[in-house]
Amino acid sequence: MSPLQVLRVAVRALMRNKLRSFLTTLGVIIGVSAVIAMVAIGEGAKARVEEAFASMGSNLLVVLSGTTNASGAHGGFGSMPTLTWDDLKAIRSEASAVRYASPQLRSNQQVISEDQNWATSINGVSPEYFLMRTWPVAMGSSISQSDIETGSKVVLLGQTVVDKLFGSNADPTGQSVRIQKTPFQIIGVLARKGQSATGQDYDDAVFIPYTTFQAKIQGGLQKFIAGALMVSAVSSEATARAQNQIATLLRDRHHTPIGADDDFSIRNLTEMASAQQEGVKTLTTLLASIAAVSLIVGGIGIMNIMLVSVTERTREIGIRMAVGARPRDVLSQFLVEALALSIAGGIIGILLGLVAANRLAANFGWPILIRLDVIAIAVGFSGLVGVVFGLYPAQKASRLDPIEALRYE
Amino acid sequence: MGKPLIETSKISKMYRMGDVEVHALREVSLTISEGESVAVMGPSGSGKSTLMNILGCLDRPSSGDYWLVGEEVSQLDRNALAQLRNRTLGFVFQSFNLLSRTTALENVELPLLYAGVSARERHARAREALGRVGLGDRMHHHPNQMSGGQQQRVAVARALVTHPHLIVADEPTGNLDSRTSIEIMALFQELGRSGITLLLVTHEPDIARYASRVVVMRDGRVQSDERQTPLQARPDPAAAEAAL
Repeated sequence: MSPLQVLRVAVRALMRNKLRSFLTTLGVIIGVSAVIAMVAIGEGAKARVEEAFASMGSNLLVVLSGTTNASGAHGGFGSMPTLTWDDLKAIRSEASAVRYASPQLRSNQQVISEDQNWATSINGVSPEYFLMRTWPVAMGSSISQSDIETGSKVVLLGQTVVDKLFGSNADPTGQSVRIQKTPFQIIGVLARKGQSATGQDYDDAVFIPYTTFQAKIQGGLQKFIAGALMVSAVSSEATARAQNQIATLLRDRHHTPIGADDDFSIRNLTEMASAQQEGVKTLTTLLASIAAVSLIVGGIGIMNIMLVSVTERTREIGIRMAVGARPRDVLSQFLVEALALSIAGGIIGILLGLVAANRLAANFGWPILIRLDVIAIAVGFSGLVGVVFGLYPAQKASRLDPIEALRYE
Repeated sequence: MGKPLIETSKISKMYRMGDVEVHALREVSLTISEGESVAVMGPSGSGKSTLMNILGCLDRPSSGDYWLVGEEVSQLDRNALAQLRNRTLGFVFQSFNLLSRTTALENVELPLLYAGVSARERHARAREALGRVGLGDRMHHHPNQMSGGQQQRVAVARALVTHPHLIVADEPTGNLDSRTSIEIMALFQELGRSGITLLLVTHEPDIARYASRVVVMRDGRVQSDERQTPLQARPDPAAAEAAL
């Protein structure tokens, strides 16, 4: 019998009991749609996290200076300046896994325009800073290397600061603002970057050359970096290597004895990102596993109904065997019936799952992410369920004795 | 008489029922030639059903040899027996054993489905077979829309659609009234004239009279085996009435 014939016979048998076939399929439908919806939700959440970390910048490391320990009160990281400008130069020239490095000196100050003022974070950075954070200039120009060398009094504004001082969509390029009584010329406005994963507004900040920051905002010790270093690795795989290189370099330069604690700390932001993604992945796996269990329950439903069907149709099996159906013809007939049930369930389940995923994504405001491989796996798995749970009833049918089967009432 | 179609040599069948061994068949040796119509008779428990099942390749003997169309078939496996039934044999049963909710045409096509015959040829041959049993106008009826005699005709059409050497009929008239019984026997005699061998299991002597040979079984053995001039079955109602 040709495979097409087997399929036709199977479909006809299933159509004789439409309601029963549908109810049997329902288990698989629910299982498959649940798997697809759950994975889509998980993927949406993952994309959300990835988006948040991508806006932070790629392959970033933050190097902070050491801690103070004044009469037993430990200061936090960065409380004791240990990083020098020479350290920065050494990191730039000697650490091969490092692509860019920029200081980030920070102070919260009032920024004053002609008729408004706004307290925001003033950042002293080098031109590489904007490359590392993939943060383009929307209007005007960025801080240049010559601005660093001459310590020019120029400032780049974040969008929020522009909104507060000049009104939204204003172009303040060329105007000036005062920071701590020093007038700064606005050379440009940065593109809107949005919020960090923790809800912090990236655009509520202004940027000036770090040399100007040292001279006009900070004062004090000029040898040490009174802030953090932001470093980007050449690739995401190289972040760990860059971290090691910087640590070795700094311990060497600071003459830290072997066994002693570092007088600095390095934070790997990529690691944080992947840790968060790991968390989302675990959640997705958990949800999908629960959904997969319902698929197995659906399979048991198929097995149950196929066993009933074999018993009900014992006489039919006997007739078919008498006229020449081989045991394997009977086996394939019942197996294909089970498969048809489970694959039909799989297809309906996919459609329902896609609808559910769309609705949930719309509810949560997440991107809709349909993974084709998950759909393929879901269909494959429901087919597997059909074979696994259809095999026993089909074997039972094929092993019937034709004489007994013909006598069955 | 043609050449031998069936040859058995001392076939026996033994069942175990708990601790008791039941000898359903004891060393039966039988030769049936092509074109014969053999009625197997005997009381229940005589072994006639067991003999029919073995000769019909639905069962295998416990011992002994069985040649069907020159081939030794007593030790074939279930798949090979199924193929043999499909190609060489046709079955007619007392309770018709048609697939319900399936048209007459599709019922007749069923053996061809397992023979791997193309859809077009299946239809053509099934139509022809139904025409031969006089049901050319009932092809799309379901079994429950037909009389017993018509259903048995469909079963006969299903048996002969594969052009078998042998038709095995197990009490084919058991569920029919006497008039329809004669119609069915007339049909079998007509098939016999075209060379098909008939093995007929019955307990009705009236029906056995239409066969050319009567084998009587008792306690698993052949008690008597006699040839006779068969009574000609005439489907004409009046003649049938008179004959009985």
